[in-house]
Amino acid sequence: MSVDAGPRGASEPILRLRGIQKSFGPVHVLKGVDFEARSGEVTALVGDNGAGKSTLVKCIGGTYAIDDGEYLYDGDHVRVHGPRDASALGIEIVYQDLALCDNLDIVQNMFLGREEVTGAARVLDEAKMELMAGRTLASLSVRTVKSVRQKVSSLSGGQRQTVAIAKAVLWNSKLVILDEPTAALGVAQTAQVLDLVRRLADQGLAVVLISHNMNDVLQVADSIAALYLGQMAAQVRRSEVTHTQIVELITAGRSGDLGLTSSAAAAEGNGARA
Amino acid sequence: MSTIGNDRLSQPLNAGEEQPFQARSLNPREYALDYVQRLRGGEMGAIPGLLGLVVLVILFSILQSGFLSAYNVENMVIDGAPTIIMAMGLVFVLLLGEIDLSAGTASGATAVLAAVLLVRHQMNWIVAVIAAGLVGAIIGGFIGWLRAKVGIPSFVITLAAFLSFQGVTVILIGGGGSILVSDHTLLALESASISDYMPIWGGWLLLAIVVLGYAAVKFRTLAKRRASGLSTEPNQIALVKVVALAALGAVFVYYMGINRIVTHTFLTAGQTSEGVPWIVPLLLVLLFALSFLLGRTRYGRHVYAVGGNDEAARRAGIRVDLVRISVFVMCSFLAALAGLVQMSAQAGVNSAQGGGNTLLLAVGAAVIGGTSLFGGRGRVIDAIIGGAVVEVISYGMSDLISGSNGPGWQLIITGIVLLVAAGFDAVSRRAGISRQ
Repeated sequence: MSVDAGPRGASEPILRLRGIQKSFGPVHVLKGVDFEARSGEVTALVGDNGAGKSTLVKCIGGTYAIDDGEYLYDGDHVRVHGPRDASALGIEIVYQDLALCDNLDIVQNMFLGREEVTGAARVLDEAKMELMAGRTLASLSVRTVKSVRQKVSSLSGGQRQTVAIAKAVLWNSKLVILDEPTAALGVAQTAQVLDLVRRLADQGLAVVLISHNMNDVLQVADSIAALYLGQMAAQVRRSEVTHTQIVELITAGRSGDLGLTSSAAAAEGNGARA
Repeated sequence: MSTIGNDRLSQPLNAGEEQPFQARSLNPREYALDYVQRLRGGEMGAIPGLLGLVVLVILFSILQSGFLSAYNVENMVIDGAPTIIMAMGLVFVLLLGEIDLSAGTASGATAVLAAVLLVRHQMNWIVAVIAAGLVGAIIGGFIGWLRAKVGIPSFVITLAAFLSFQGVTVILIGGGGSILVSDHTLLALESASISDYMPIWGGWLLLAIVVLGYAAVKFRTLAKRRASGLSTEPNQIALVKVVALAALGAVFVYYMGINRIVTHTFLTAGQTSEGVPWIVPLLLVLLFALSFLLGRTRYGRHVYAVGGNDEAARRAGIRVDLVRISVFVMCSFLAALAGLVQMSAQAGVNSAQGGGNTLLLAVGAAVIGGTSLFGGRGRVIDAIIGGAVVEVISYGMSDLISGSNGPGWQLIITGIVLLVAAGFDAVSRRAGISRQ
């Protein structure tokens, strides 16, 4: 089991997981997973259905508590007991079902639950929120929405995804995890969202991208982590692998000298069938 | 590390800085286009209700010469008030996509409680009002708890409560079948005696406060947004709105200043019946306070969020259960208030208090005014607009349709109007979705 060490001389990863274990009753879902994400990079998390991608993300986000393993954030051991802990660390997760309110506008959605208030009467500070929302979208070079006071119900799928991502970025976040952001989008909208994903990383954030789409992954990722039946088959640099190798890592857990040793992979494979 | 977090955003907001989204005052034409686009997007709001109101008023005033007489208008205001107050509470519940079928009978039961305290226990009216309001809030808390924590659909809980409160009313009233209330302060609320109105100058003072207050809030908001470099409503439009409010208000106050006693009998000799009813300032206070709560506070924002997508609200850290309970508290509390106002209008209570179509008219008022039955969309002012429509129909019809079947037709037509309003709601909701 190997986790590659990123570009030589690069800084310490902002998130480093070591030997993460997670079981649900008798079902052993994560079996000593290692994973890391670096600031300024897009790290793709790939794997077949049931490989443990969602479970891993929920462990990172604090929805699930890890059974065992090390969770290092910015070089420190941390304990994440819930989504609020994760938010406090600067980790934001954009789930597949976007968790936006259709009846509210873009600004209202971006500040939902964290509204800015002013004065002793604690009146909503609409001007400040609108300004901050506009700046965040502008900083992400989002030009597709006409007005930040548009209702979300009037937005396209790609625009909604954009708002959801911008919402995650608004809060000084350092690590943004995107769960299948392009799954429901058309070609043009997918390109827009992938552009946005790239820009997030270029702005210095660590981005974790969960995707089933190899084209998306190859286009935008700097590093690719392939999960295979609850184990990390390999985390490799994008530049060092081919499309075929990634597919092999996803489907068989190994590819040439990459990935799990053949005995481990076979044992897991048998175990899964048993 | 992150260049787009709060550290950058919390810098002073310079007006001169480049702004992303056409940050400037829109001209009236752009504003109108933007408005039309919002309408087409399914955000009809109160427009159908307002149009309906204007059409109905014109229609009835043509068909029935006395319809717009000062006496009739004043009566519509007085009679409509309980419906409007109950509808204000229902707006909160409807915003969450819930329903409170018990609001009518809850208003009856709490009013009877107040009457019992006033008449049988000789208590001060303040005590009776507080007791009724408190009991209303507790009822709402219980309904909300059953909905949010136990998970019973609100339809079923409030249907059960609807029946039970009717029983409570009957038991509290006892054998007599009715209680007459004679407390002067409470009766003045709905102007039970012909001279219980605001002084003429009071009406004009009220108008001045409302118009100046509205203008101050409006232009302060505009100035603040402009100073922040945000796009704003054009000044002309804001001015038109203020002037329109002042003009409509002035017509109303002037009209209410006309002596409504036109034929003098020995009973009314030397008396005048003029001035704005005392219920009007109460309605205005409720309108402003509740609109502020829903539109300008975090709580209000959370109500809309839970109504739009409760899962999103939960993930945003909003305590969804508490919000859900709170809207039922709000609804039952305002229902209790509506019950007191109704008691004032009738100068007493009877064993059918709050039953019949009381609730249906209030739900109809909220929906006709533009509040969605599907949750997430609605404003407090909808209750006033819709309540006015309901009252205009009721008065216009009773004038128009004479004969023994009159009340029957009135119910049928009110039912049809409610159905049409709900149809508008459903269709405009689809229009909003289909634009995705």
